[in-house]
Amino acid sequence: MAREKSSKDNAKALFHSLRSAYAATPVNLKIIDLYVGFAVFTALIQVVYMASVGSFPFNSFLSGVLSCVGTAVLAVCLRIQVNKENKEFKDLPPERAFADFVLCNLVLHLVIMNFLG
Amino acid sequence: MAAVANMPVSDLLKSFKLKTKQQELLIRVSILCLVYILAFITRLFSVLRYESMIHEFDPYFNYRTTLYLTQNGFYDFWNWFDYESWYPLGRIVGGTLYPGLMVTAALIYRILHFLRFAVHIREVCVLTAPFFASNTTLVAYFFGKEIWDTGAGLVAAILIAVCPGYISRSVAGSYDNEGVAIFALLFTFYLFVKAINTGSLAWSLASAFGYFYMVSAWGGYVFIINLIPLYVLVLLITGRYSMRLYVAYNCMYVLGMLLAMQIRFVGFQHVQSGEHMAAMGVFFLMQVFYFLDWVKHMLSDTKLFQAFLRITVTCAVAVGSIALGLGMLSGYISPWTGRFYSLLDPTYAKDHIPIIASVSEHQPTAWSSFMFDFHILLFLFPAGLYFCFKRLSDATIFIVMYGLTSMYFAGVMVRLILVATPAVCLISAIAVSATVKNLTVLLRSKNKGVQTGSTKGSSSSKASSKALLDQSQPFQKNGAIALLFGAFYLLSKYATHCTWVTSEAYSSPSIVLAARGAHGSRVIFDDYREAYFWLRQNTPPDAKVMSWWDYGYQITAMGNRTVIVDNNTWNNTHIATVGRAMSSYEDEAIEIMRSLDVDYVLVVFGGVTGYSSDDINKFLWMVRIGGGVFPVIKEPDYLVNGEYRVDKGAAPKMLNCLMYKLCYYRFGEMLTEYGKPPGYDRARGVEIGNKDIKLEHLEEAFTTSNWIVRIYKVKPPNNRW
Repeated sequence: MAREKSSKDNAKALFHSLRSAYAATPVNLKIIDLYVGFAVFTALIQVVYMASVGSFPFNSFLSGVLSCVGTAVLAVCLRIQVNKENKEFKDLPPERAFADFVLCNLVLHLVIMNFLG
Repeated sequence: MAAVANMPVSDLLKSFKLKTKQQELLIRVSILCLVYILAFITRLFSVLRYESMIHEFDPYFNYRTTLYLTQNGFYDFWNWFDYESWYPLGRIVGGTLYPGLMVTAALIYRILHFLRFAVHIREVCVLTAPFFASNTTLVAYFFGKEIWDTGAGLVAAILIAVCPGYISRSVAGSYDNEGVAIFALLFTFYLFVKAINTGSLAWSLASAFGYFYMVSAWGGYVFIINLIPLYVLVLLITGRYSMRLYVAYNCMYVLGMLLAMQIRFVGFQHVQSGEHMAAMGVFFLMQVFYFLDWVKHMLSDTKLFQAFLRITVTCAVAVGSIALGLGMLSGYISPWTGRFYSLLDPTYAKDHIPIIASVSEHQPTAWSSFMFDFHILLFLFPAGLYFCFKRLSDATIFIVMYGLTSMYFAGVMVRLILVATPAVCLISAIAVSATVKNLTVLLRSKNKGVQTGSTKGSSSSKASSKALLDQSQPFQKNGAIALLFGAFYLLSKYATHCTWVTSEAYSSPSIVLAARGAHGSRVIFDDYREAYFWLRQNTPPDAKVMSWWDYGYQITAMGNRTVIVDNNTWNNTHIATVGRAMSSYEDEAIEIMRSLDVDYVLVVFGGVTGYSSDDINKFLWMVRIGGGVFPVIKEPDYLVNGEYRVDKGAAPKMLNCLMYKLCYYRFGEMLTEYGKPPGYDRARGVEIGNKDIKLEHLEEAFTTSNWIVRIYKVKPPNNRW
């Protein structure tokens, strides 16, 4: 009984401290996180759809999922490069990071369009 | 003018009013230019000795497809179905080749034509490999600069320019995938290491494109897609990970995987094949790892974090292993295929896949091959490893892993010495450069004289110490000079060895044979091309030729006739059918040949010239491969007491099988050597057993001037009474 209660307390404390720590992050990073969440959510919807109707044009399924996963990953890379707390990237101007992000996304979506079939 | 010539080099440079940095740049650029030219011209031996032609077997297929590409355009090439090989099955060429090499050569051809140089596509094909070898030296320079410093880069460039391990597959005329693939491999690795060092998305994108080029060029890209995840794993485990690693690997993996799937031959392997699962596993592991890192950074309380860690890790491991297990059990994720599995278990191919075991390039490597192909690099490699371990960074860890894994694979299969060569050259360059640097520092210390100790070993021996020697360390200086002379001697011996090896061993076109006549004059045997051109000019255009699969590509490229099996070896049963036909008695063989619509049979015979790579020496492999599919062919039937013989004591099945009859037809009357009886086989060194051969269903159509290639016509069935 005590252990159950303490684990529930633990989970609550965990949740609260995470929430408070996250609230402290700057707004631009929160926007990027929202975008990442949206992309992963879209990928999950596609996987559920594939599980229900089958994967026949497999290249289309792959290109859909990989475009979501790809853009999520690139957004996380952008977040890493823009985050002021990362000492390694303090010399990198955020405009350059964003330009790289746009370029990689462009290449990603061009390849996806070729692969879509 | 004479006064200018007498001035030493440094004074000459000073007269140009250059600063030291610019002098150094000038020296570096001129060294690189010379190395570029050297890498190109050392590969031209066979072009100068024979003519500008394509060598070996596989390059003929590549040449034929490049010809088709330049004549018909990319769309037709990408969707090409070839009727002229693997009769009656045909081959989907567009979906079963790696297009990188052909597209590269076609691009160079179009650029040259745009500049109004009207070269033939064959010249472009012959010289593609040396051109890319020169480019590889440049990439090696930049890679060495990235890992260590510019001195190591220069030494790496010169070492890889002449290294026999690389030259063996990139001479002029060797128009094969490896010529371009090694450039792509080193380029991808360089871009990836650059991406890890800078953490920039742009460099990761470039490495993804480099990976795409590698996938389009060669099946050995599997090495890259397994080495890089292994490297990431090592960095994660040893705690050397950083944010740059995340950016570099993820961008490269996702974009590289997508680009690679555009090649039809590769298809969906990146998500379905067991060989590519390591990369995906590490990808997911990284997400979990960095997510946990981020949460730990956000949470200030470690106890809470431990709880969170436990939950997440158990969930992730459970989900991952369930997914992997389901995938492998249901067969969705295919296991490692034979070619790559035999790298992990070298005995696998001999027992299960005779076709892979029969290729001489797939045999394990002997020490002599290592010495032959690497020379002094063999002991400079461990020295370089020592230096790398002294100065560990992300880049040196990478090159150490590349070196060790590629050396393991080079030990398993001779052909893979090629993949190990860039790593060995780079690591040896580190050893040479670091040693020479340390020695010249000793020479220059406490000495105000002008020293020309450059970081390149072969020119530093000229460094002589001035009279103002520091009295407390005379031994050190003399020792340093002696060691520098030793280094210069070793490197010059290396250069001599490499040139000798290139000239003697790796410059033969295989399709034209040469020998020394009785008075030392050179005798050329051009029998192969004689036979293929006879086929081209004297047979109907829709004739089908049956031969062993080695010669298929050459027959379609030069003879322009349909073949039954060729070097692609994608259909083992079809090859086994041909093997069965060659090993059966003539009556059984004619049934098989009639069912395959065969019009001509081509065999290669070395008994008159002593040529040892002929079909009689390959015959046991035909029996093994045929027997692997058709149990009616049993290998012991052809052996006597386990011994393979063709003389009087040979097995009766051997003396009467189709291959024996076709090779030795009319050979019993032939006098091949002074003092030996007629029918003396010079390649086996015995007198043949069955001299009186009669052919019932075939007739001799053509035998080349030295009896190397023999062509027989299949007679139509007799009229019925």
